[in-house]
Amino acid sequence: MAVNKILPRDDFQRLISFLRTDGYQVIGPTLRQGAVVYEEIQSTSDLPEGWIDLQDGGSYRLERSETSAFFGYVVGPQSWKQFLCPPQRKLLTAEQTGKSFNVIVYDEKPIKRAFVGVRPCEIAAMAVQDKVLMEGPFVDPSYRLARQNAIIIAVNCARAGGTCFCVSMGTGPKASSGFDIALTELIDQHGHRFLVEAGSEIGIGMVTKLALGDASESDIEAGEKAIANASANMGRTLDTSGIKELLYTNFDHGRWNDAASRCLSCANCTMVCPTCFCATVDEATDLSGKCAERWRKWDSCFTVGFSYIHGGSIRTSGMSRYRQWMTHKLAYWQDQFGTSGCVGCGRCITWCPVGIDITEEARAIRHTR
Amino acid sequence: MGRKYKPKLAVWKFASCDGCQLTLLDCEDELLAVTDEIQIANFPEASRAIVKGPYDVSLVEGSITTSHDAERIHKIRRSSKVLVVIGACATAGGIQALRNFANVEDYKSIVYASPEYIDTLSKSTPIADHVFVDFELRGCPISKSQLIELVTAYLSGRKPNIPPHSVCIECKRRGTVCVMVSTGIPCLGPVTQAGCRALCPSYNRGCYGCFGPKETPNTDSLSVQFKKFNMSRDAIKRAFRGFNAYAEPFRKASEAHEK
Ligand code: SF4
Ligand code: SF4
Ligand code: SF4
Ligand code: SF4
Repeated sequence: MAVNKILPRDDFQRLISFLRTDGYQVIGPTLRQGAVVYEEIQSTSDLPEGWIDLQDGGSYRLERSETSAFFGYVVGPQSWKQFLCPPQRKLLTAEQTGKSFNVIVYDEKPIKRAFVGVRPCEIAAMAVQDKVLMEGPFVDPSYRLARQNAIIIAVNCARAGGTCFCVSMGTGPKASSGFDIALTELIDQHGHRFLVEAGSEIGIGMVTKLALGDASESDIEAGEKAIANASANMGRTLDTSGIKELLYTNFDHGRWNDAASRCLSCANCTMVCPTCFCATVDEATDLSGKCAERWRKWDSCFTVGFSYIHGGSIRTSGMSRYRQWMTHKLAYWQDQFGTSGCVGCGRCITWCPVGIDITEEARAIRHTR
Repeated sequence: MGRKYKPKLAVWKFASCDGCQLTLLDCEDELLAVTDEIQIANFPEASRAIVKGPYDVSLVEGSITTSHDAERIHKIRRSSKVLVVIGACATAGGIQALRNFANVEDYKSIVYASPEYIDTLSKSTPIADHVFVDFELRGCPISKSQLIELVTAYLSGRKPNIPPHSVCIECKRRGTVCVMVSTGIPCLGPVTQAGCRALCPSYNRGCYGCFGPKETPNTDSLSVQFKKFNMSRDAIKRAFRGFNAYAEPFRKASEAHEK
């Protein structure tokens, strides 16, 4: 049975300081350019206290909330993949030495990171990327290094966003595993505080060292109520029953062309998706031709070059690229990795400049011909 | 590396502001390395010394706006093994292609005191409308790193790694918050080719389309979204009518919003 403790709001700084003293780079939510982004934070004053996000297809706005919650927002444009599987990374350098050449594999130093404010759907997304990048036959050493050196301070959702559908995907709004500590933010007549649940040895150690008081029955009840509120207010829903077969038997559905007429093939949806892992490898030489570097960069199935093989690109039409994306997320992924490629975070809906909605497209494919 | 033969590079100017050529001079740190590997045979902005052609590579800046230039570009093509056009003027006709949407005679009489001295064509056209072009380096101005990549790729005999995808990919890779989604500022990033590292969105402004249309641009859908931001037809027309106004997808998008 989980240990439930209470962390008063004014002690949140203690948690951050504790992590920092322990050698962790603390990454958490903070405001930048009108959005909640994940960056290194020093103290609670960096947190987006009192802000919530209003999200819909192609639209995101911050607004002051009635409460002074630290974690009143839902999710922003970024996900933790930018730390685990960064947008660009040098893989190696090759240098000419006389008639031969030397290859220097870029040596990554482990960075101990504490991710503070990880949402349940984001934990699920990490589990999905774990399957792809370190639990299969091909392990990405850089991902594994970053992942194994990260601890997860989750925050359960007390508010659902306009494009959230974690309930449909079974990934939230409460984290059941995959965290070191899970917090539930409570603000009521008993004050502003956090219900604390330890989920690992490290988490138990931290809770012990922080010497937190026990949670009361009513605290636990308040936590459940807050999460139930998020559950009941999902902005979106997706019927996943037989979704794989549905998509596999509808390659010729007219809706694909309809979606393609709106789709910009800009790739924003794949860039913001916390599970998309595709990358391209670029090689850059210097002018003298004596030195070369190999870089890995986020790529997307929305580019024409993505499916380039000898003789040309396979997916030249916007239709085939949109269909590839959605079918990979909801169907192929199941055959490839035994799980859905979508965790219902809603980012692809919010951050699509024209608001194309995966749940709506799936619904149209299910219910129209 | 001490190549036996240093390829000869020439830089040519047509109707343009010189900004793209200056990008080459701007490569301060790399310029010496460049001249180690290639012979700058004709580059009036940098040196008066002119080495006679033929040239291995010609970089052509500017658009064709006079009948004299329309002939000159053929001579340059004939004396160049590889011809690369650089910048929005050379690749799309440039900002001066705004004349293509109006009557150039009207401009002449407004702008010049003695319009009878002005000898100009009615349209400003990209180099590729006149001669075969081996490669297009986009931008207004071009990007320094893409120029270096082009030269490096040429020297090592490989294809330049200059992706034709959207600005959005660069924007997301650098972690900029999307201005379209977070503020409703119209942005041409989703239909524009990458190359600038999404400079404008990083300063909370929409993309102006300096690098011209990306591969498979869907300007219709973006225009529908602009309408949702309450942009007038005229404002949408003007959004597409910038440095790359005469590039076909942008030209069609602006013309679709005429009147
Ligand atoms: S949806 Fe596209 S970008 Fe994302 S993982 Fe699949 S193929 Fe890669
Ligand atoms: S497909 Fe969309 S909703 Fe699903 S995990 Fe990716 S970004 Fe989130
Ligand atoms: S679905 Fe939206 S975000 Fe994704 S490529 Fe199309 S327009 Fe861009
Ligand atoms: S700000 Fe512009 S370039 Fe950046 S992602 Fe948004 S639409 Fe694309």
